[in-house]
Amino acid sequence: MTGTDIEGLLRELAPRALGAVVRRYGHFDTAEDAVQEALLAAALRWPSDGLPDHPLGWLVTVAARRLTDLLRAQQARRDREDTVARWTPVDARHAPPADRTPADSDDTLILLFMCCHPSLSPASQIALTLRAVGGLTTVEIARAFLVPESTMTRRITRAKQRIRDSGLRFGLPSPEEWAERLDVVLHVLYLIFNEGYASTSGPGLHRAELSAEAIRLARIVHRALPEDGEVAGLLALMLLTDARRAARTGQDGTLIPMAEQDRGRWNAELIAEGVRLVSAALPRGPVGPYQLQAAIAAVHDEAPSAAETDWPQIMALYEVLLHLSGNPLVALNHAVAVAMVRGPRAGLDLVAKLETDGRIAGDHRLHAVRAHLLEMAGDGSAAREAYLTAAGRAMNPPQQRYLYGRAARLDARD
Amino acid sequence: MMAKYLLLKHYRGAPAAVNDVPMDQWTPEELSAHVRYMADFAARLEGTGEFVDGQALSPEGTFVRYDGEGRPPVTDGPFAETKDLIAGWMVIDVETYERALELAGELSAAPGAGGKPIHEWLEVRPFMAHQHTVIE
Repeated sequence: MTGTDIEGLLRELAPRALGAVVRRYGHFDTAEDAVQEALLAAALRWPSDGLPDHPLGWLVTVAARRLTDLLRAQQARRDREDTVARWTPVDARHAPPADRTPADSDDTLILLFMCCHPSLSPASQIALTLRAVGGLTTVEIARAFLVPESTMTRRITRAKQRIRDSGLRFGLPSPEEWAERLDVVLHVLYLIFNEGYASTSGPGLHRAELSAEAIRLARIVHRALPEDGEVAGLLALMLLTDARRAARTGQDGTLIPMAEQDRGRWNAELIAEGVRLVSAALPRGPVGPYQLQAAIAAVHDEAPSAAETDWPQIMALYEVLLHLSGNPLVALNHAVAVAMVRGPRAGLDLVAKLETDGRIAGDHRLHAVRAHLLEMAGDGSAAREAYLTAAGRAMNPPQQRYLYGRAARLDARD
Repeated sequence: MMAKYLLLKHYRGAPAAVNDVPMDQWTPEELSAHVRYMADFAARLEGTGEFVDGQALSPEGTFVRYDGEGRPPVTDGPFAETKDLIAGWMVIDVETYERALELAGELSAAPGAGGKPIHEWLEVRPFMAHQHTVIE
């Protein structure tokens, strides 16, 4: 096995080892440290010693031993008598029901629910998920979010303290809480994906791995909950979006809009898998926002060319999505679809309504859409103005470069 | 979602502070109280997981520019008295814009002459970053 193979294996085993240790001994926060140390030991020893016969068992044993040491040290420090009772294996006090032999995937799912606990801020949920479930080191997470390691260490430590203080037990959420808690998990995976997808090249290059990690985690959740439509929808959305990654930036890092992308560079395998997932999920219902966004992405991905895009279907899907979410960005995308079906003026009328919505009125994307639609309508000078306004408000250099480029192109034509 | 902001301190160029006695007229005690406040502030942000970077700059400096292939760079300086002069910066990574303003407010309360808050004007600048949306 090569170092990369071992790294992949360790990442896969990380949440299962942690799940097994926490299930048996409790102490999520300390167990997490112990498992990280076991992973590190494995990464150092396995390449030279060879794989143990039972890699998962090896990790659990080493982590459990380390956990005992850590808890002993804590106990000595605190010198509190009741601690002994607390690190007795959970099983010794509460034998699990005979009919229940928890699967590894359950453990991973439970860990995800713990890391995405609603009492944590999104930044903490993301950091903790990447470390405890994704098996990334603090250094890797810090690098991906462009903060010093010490800052990320504190974020993770605080998140773990919060979980400890909340007295959260190791188990799946109750049926009453289920939907709400799963929403948070999916949102965290969605944010991790976006962190990676939004970065294109240059200093942000290593961040692209975050998208791959989000897809990997979404696959785990989908395997554990194959019947859940929104889980399938989110995974499909990620695959269908990630399929276009290679085509969306030029060699020099410039952004290429979807209409101008070389569709031959889209990843057909990812598209096929995404389409399959969303097609299977939609008829099962209930239909949620991730499935709808995946369906829209699928329509785009399946069009042989930009001109052959099935805009009426995209428009209809955005209408349903708009009823569900009321998000102004959805409304903006809906306006684009309307323009493609009924003409630029119909789209511009909808954009005009959004200009009074404080949540998006100052956003560069609103001005960029207005600029595109004005250009489509043949109003070059107004389009140019709108491109420049959008460029002035753009949030990253490639976007800014793209928008100035569009404005300059209109200049040249005048 | 977390976003990064630059908090910029000026020797010159920002609107006048309330406690506007220049640093070179402070007593050594006032100076060390100021430095301690800044260090404590940074340590506290490290503890909350919001600290990225912070540095103080010397007021001395030079302009430098490229002067063509094979030629040494051209320098110009020291800075003219009228120039906007950066004194230092702190980079923070916070949940909201409101939090960035709150922290800038605290930083602006660093003690100056007489141990009283300087009430200096800090510049708060968001980092160029990406959008958090898949919808393109």
